[in-house]
Amino acid sequence: MTDKAAPGPLLSVHGIRKNYRSGGGILEVLRGINFQLESGGFVAIVGQSGSGKSTLLHLMGLLDAPDEGEVWLGGERVDNVSATRRDRLRNTAIGMVFQAYHLLPELTALENVLAPLMVRHGIAAWLRTRGEAHDQARRLLDRFGLGQRLRHKPRQLSGGEMQRVAIARALVTQPRVLLADEPTGNLDEASGAGILDAICELNRRDGLSIVLVTHDTAIAGRADRIVRLAAGRVELV
Amino acid sequence: MYKLLLCWRYLRTRWIALASVISVTLGVATMIVVNAVMAGFAHEMQTRIHGILSDIVFESHSLSGFQDPKWHMEEIRRAAGDSVAGMTPTVAVPAMLNFQVRGQWVTRQVMFIGIDESTHAQASDFDRYLQHPENRRQLSFSLREGGYDTVDSQSDGPGPTRPALEGAGWPHRRMRVARERLWRERQEQQQGAGADESKPIRPVDQQVDAVLAATAPAGPASAEDTDAQSSDGQARETGDASAADKPPGQSGVAARQDPFRAARPDEGRTMDPAREQFTGIVPGIGLASFRDNTGVDRFLVLPGDDVKITFPTAGTPPKAVSDTFTIVDFYESKMSEYDSNFVFVPIVALQRMRGMVDPQTGVPSVNSIQIKLRDGADLEEVRNRLRKAFPAELYAISTWRDKQGPLLSAVDMEMAVLNILLFMIIAVAGFGILAIFFMIVVEKTRDIGILKSLGAGAPGIAGIFLGYGLFLGLVGAGAGLALGLAITWNINSIRTVVEWLTGQRVFDPSIYYFFKIPTIVHPATIAWIIAGAVAIAVAASVLPALRAARLHPVEALRHD
Repeated sequence: MTDKAAPGPLLSVHGIRKNYRSGGGILEVLRGINFQLESGGFVAIVGQSGSGKSTLLHLMGLLDAPDEGEVWLGGERVDNVSATRRDRLRNTAIGMVFQAYHLLPELTALENVLAPLMVRHGIAAWLRTRGEAHDQARRLLDRFGLGQRLRHKPRQLSGGEMQRVAIARALVTQPRVLLADEPTGNLDEASGAGILDAICELNRRDGLSIVLVTHDTAIAGRADRIVRLAAGRVELV
Repeated sequence: MYKLLLCWRYLRTRWIALASVISVTLGVATMIVVNAVMAGFAHEMQTRIHGILSDIVFESHSLSGFQDPKWHMEEIRRAAGDSVAGMTPTVAVPAMLNFQVRGQWVTRQVMFIGIDESTHAQASDFDRYLQHPENRRQLSFSLREGGYDTVDSQSDGPGPTRPALEGAGWPHRRMRVARERLWRERQEQQQGAGADESKPIRPVDQQVDAVLAATAPAGPASAEDTDAQSSDGQARETGDASAADKPPGQSGVAARQDPFRAARPDEGRTMDPAREQFTGIVPGIGLASFRDNTGVDRFLVLPGDDVKITFPTAGTPPKAVSDTFTIVDFYESKMSEYDSNFVFVPIVALQRMRGMVDPQTGVPSVNSIQIKLRDGADLEEVRNRLRKAFPAELYAISTWRDKQGPLLSAVDMEMAVLNILLFMIIAVAGFGILAIFFMIVVEKTRDIGILKSLGAGAPGIAGIFLGYGLFLGLVGAGAGLALGLAITWNINSIRTVVEWLTGQRVFDPSIYYFFKIPTIVHPATIAWIIAGAVAIAVAASVLPALRAARLHPVEALRHD
């Protein structure tokens, strides 16, 4: 699932600065971050609440643009590309998993997993590739033990199940990198451990490049490398 | 693809949005019904107006008219070419119609129109509106021996009944004359009884039988024969005194006014009203009848009764003259303006009475020539050609549309204004959709963020809401179409139910002279209404869609 052929780091950020306007003043969230992820790597970003780790993840996930600095993905500078290109990259190259699962409540588990493929294709293309997409989504859900819950809506699933659906959704587009933002934060210990195992397995078995944001150092310990953020700066690599 | 799926899911799960659709539905339904009914009314009105007026009316400005209609008709035919299908001369003068109802004189202001029996049917639908089937086939100004329709011939349903017309015609006339004679006889007997009480008075029934036996078998005399006699003073006096059914005393008054009648029973009696008639006239039905609240038409006078009409002569200055006429039929075009205004008479009689025939040459004058064009002929073009051929100072040449121009344009205007107002209803529905969509965008902010994180672009997100608006518009307009057509097609049953529920007359046939609410559904109008409603729904979703498209993905994802 990874792009082993790309030379150099798969994902890197250089001198990233990001400010937010809050109240009357300006809040400096990121103050010159440099970071890179090798292809097939597994990096955990840790730090206290407000240290800017989620913001960094959003910048890497192209959900937001930095005020200064560069973001590179697979040898392409992506922080200043057009909105269409950015949407395309989000859809094809990046898979994201969030703390609050972020499933679409109107859709079933299977449809949620299919959603990125639906976003990618127009009606005609979708009708052509539908069978293949369904097979792929079913395989992923089977792999995460949800083969029997395809037709369930998110509200009928437990937290752990919802997060597994979210991971399946992130993987269905065969992304180059998986960005996970506190994926176990809303889960009890057992479910959290299950999710973490699944993520680790994706890296170890499938060679998927992963960036995991967490405040829990125990979880971060499962990664190859830990980056610690404090007050918008990289404190420890 | 996700846009369609999400639109569909939102449509199925957001019932509040469907509520906003109800106003679209109602607006569309109302517009369809109102347009269908107004188109029905307008069509009905135009057919009626056109049925009465011929295609083109060629008139003189002067009441005295122009001489030699034959020459004029030849000139018209020469100017208009092959477009002319038929022509008929008419004389129209303002007049006063007087008749007696239960001893009281009723006076009506009328338009007294002389028509040519043989050619009038070629130029208009006049004949269709008469009450005697024979007259509808070929108009005659001779009184008929009964056989008038007791049910309106123009209604397809059970229209108002007209029991009074059952005995109209000669039977009514003979009965009336007999009754008047009887009263006179009784009056004289009573006066005589004062002097000689031993003389017995015959019972009323016997007297009536005797009079009827004496008059009934004899055939009526020809109407035309009596035209000349109608100017005779004595004969007019008879008609004068015999206008309607009279209660005791009234004809007695008439008898007293003529104390010498008994003394000279045969003097000057050039016509017998029981066997002969005056010049026949066909008044509009509205002049002589009214519809009671049970839907039955009641008549003040009937075919067979005599009336007096006062009208101006053709001289300068015009002088008023009066004459007596016999009603031979009624005219009902269902345009109350005409039905309560027009009285038709043979043109020859009117020309003679008004002095419109040149005493030396015998050439008559007329005020107007009604021209009927062939199907497909261009009204305006023929009118313009005629206007070019005849001097405008002498002749007014107009199409039937010109004549009713203000009325027709008032109806068009009314329809336009009504449509604008009704469209406002749908526009209000549009604001409802706008508000509800903003709400849905706020509610779905996080989902919008999720879709953006999955790679959905701004156009895609906007497309969800525009598509949703389109869906709602289509659903609302579709439901409105079904509802509107259902109401239109069953409007008369609905009217009956509403009238039964409220006890109020929603649609009073005596005002409109229709028995059913007329409706015409124009597919083009419906297409416009639906297109308008859908466009408004989509337009109303543009702002919320833009707002959704512009949401920042990170902020949207953080939204609770």
